[in-house]
Amino acid sequence: MTRFSNRIDRRFAELAERGRTGLIPYVTAGHPKPELTVDIMHALVAGGADLLELGIPFSDVMADGPVIQHACEAALKQGMTLDKVFAQVAEFRRRDADTPVILMGYMNPVERRGLETFAEQAAEAGVDGLLIVDCPADEAADTTRVFDEHELHQIFLVAPTTTESRIERMAPLAGGFIYYVSLKGVTGSAALNADELAPAVDSIRARSDLPVAVGFGISTPEQARAVGAVADAVVIGSALVRKLDGAESREVAGDIVADYIGSIRAALDGLDESAPVEARA
Amino acid sequence: MVEVVEKATAASADPRQALPDASGHFGRFGGRFVSETLMAALEELEQAWLKYRDDVEFQAELDSDLAHFVGRPSPLYLAERLTAHAGGARIVFKREDLNHTGAHKINNTVGQALLARAMGKQRVIAETGAGQHGVASATVAARLGMKCVVYMGADDIKRQAINVFRMKLLGAEVVSVDSGSRTLKDALNEAMRYWVTNVDDTFYILGTVAGPHPYPALVRDFNAVVGREARRQCMDEYGKLPDALVACVGGGSNAMGLFYPFIDDREVEMYGVEAAGRGLSGLEHAASLCAGRVGVLHGSRTYLLDDDAGQIRHTHSVSAGLDYPGVGPEHAWLKDSHRAQYVGVTDDEALEAFHLCTRKEGIMPALESAHAVAWAIKQAAGMDRDQVVLVNMSGRGDKDIHTVADLEGISI
Repeated sequence: MTRFSNRIDRRFAELAERGRTGLIPYVTAGHPKPELTVDIMHALVAGGADLLELGIPFSDVMADGPVIQHACEAALKQGMTLDKVFAQVAEFRRRDADTPVILMGYMNPVERRGLETFAEQAAEAGVDGLLIVDCPADEAADTTRVFDEHELHQIFLVAPTTTESRIERMAPLAGGFIYYVSLKGVTGSAALNADELAPAVDSIRARSDLPVAVGFGISTPEQARAVGAVADAVVIGSALVRKLDGAESREVAGDIVADYIGSIRAALDGLDESAPVEARA
Repeated sequence: MVEVVEKATAASADPRQALPDASGHFGRFGGRFVSETLMAALEELEQAWLKYRDDVEFQAELDSDLAHFVGRPSPLYLAERLTAHAGGARIVFKREDLNHTGAHKINNTVGQALLARAMGKQRVIAETGAGQHGVASATVAARLGMKCVVYMGADDIKRQAINVFRMKLLGAEVVSVDSGSRTLKDALNEAMRYWVTNVDDTFYILGTVAGPHPYPALVRDFNAVVGREARRQCMDEYGKLPDALVACVGGGSNAMGLFYPFIDDREVEMYGVEAAGRGLSGLEHAASLCAGRVGVLHGSRTYLLDDDAGQIRHTHSVSAGLDYPGVGPEHAWLKDSHRAQYVGVTDDEALEAFHLCTRKEGIMPALESAHAVAWAIKQAAGMDRDQVVLVNMSGRGDKDIHTVADLEGISI
């Protein structure tokens, strides 16, 4: 049901072609320090990320756990704003024209900017997708219409509690990929149960042609490997944010990203036995 | 006379049945702006509410609890000396302060706890600001033998030590919330987070007419007993409907409970009184309807207080129960449709009304309710002597004596 194609679609097509499991790290824009965000984004790509998810800091992150909540508070305290998030994406784009960037955030800052203006500025900065956590498909008629006009995908969450009929209603609005949250809880809570994953992912695939990314609760290479065996992509969020917390310099943040994202990448690639050698290099 | 009564009965049976609509909207307000992870739980709650709302046995048990546990109906009281002071319309109080636990909050928690039990949930959670809703939740949980966890901002815990102890005495666990502004809005965020993670066995007793659908309608329905009684009592006592209703508005549950059964009575004016704090011209208030704008907070589209970046602002009110940056979406709808008017009363005006009401009537209002009293005095002054201004005396002021003493530099 894709109405246009942008970097996200192209990237997933490449991944499918190469038989590579996508890796989507999440960081909060402006955390641990605003001046490190663009460097961290480049380091993530160098470390093996295929798409990037960048959080727009918000004062009331109802669906996020303590780690991302803390990251948002820290970013806001250091003066992060929506304009600065857009500027960071634009700066990232100067050296990386291909890696898709998805902004993750909450509805109120989007509405305050004005939906049209927000979409225009996001597209202008080089954003490819929006995940508005508190805008489920039921409330997304306006957002998807406006984002469509700017060739931005709105990405929707599917939870373990989401019924099949809800997935069916969501599918026509969804773009980019479906984001399956492997836990009932907030971001960063407990560990996932990989065994329950396969039927859930199958159920989504039966109702949408979009790739399926899985996130919430993935922190170790072993978990990433297990999830990667059934999903098109793996999202790493709170675990990465926790590791980055307190990093003071570009070098320290770069090392953290290289080590951690590198280990996840290696675990995912170990899976892709059929992948051509250069894809795993 | 007979005609009036019949019309009243028909209108009060189910006013404006159409709202919220099937997707939980009041016009452009309300809705369900939550993470997908909560949708199933909200749908389950909505189904249960629709079922038990019309269930004769459930309603009978609720009525019985309201009568014998809460102490309903609460009286309608003519505040004679305050009326004389204002020099205009008769000021009458709907005495929700006489309810068990001292405020209107118990109407809702009794209802939601019965709903929780009917749904087979073993545990209830609640958010609280001043502690009133937390105490009311802990109270019903104790009575029904349920485990109760109350989320409360760290700053509020310090300010409301007595209510924290009351909750503990009732067997509830009080969880301190250290995030954000460490007040009510953050406690609500945290309760939502816990609910998302433990939705199988946990029922979230939301304390006001805010939040995602069906909460605004559900909490309104449980509090509408206030308006239904007031309507009947006013007819019995004065042979007519009140000319104006006055209630304070934080999240808006006591006001919504009073207003709802009168919505179709166009001749009855409605005034929602918000906390103007240190004045509406600055930032130190909590008046989202008077001075806010439309946005999305805590699961619904409504009026709220935010900065130009859309970050939710810290609010201020002398009354912790009104100190909230959002408001129930049905109030937003009533404002935009001009059915109700929303006004502000400052900290100082509320404190003055607190003392005046205490001295003149022997009724110590909660600081929240004192906002309504302050406006009612102004309102009554400009009205005729045969008219009636009905104020929701939503809670008693015992909980606030430390706040009042501190503000006046008195140590007790």
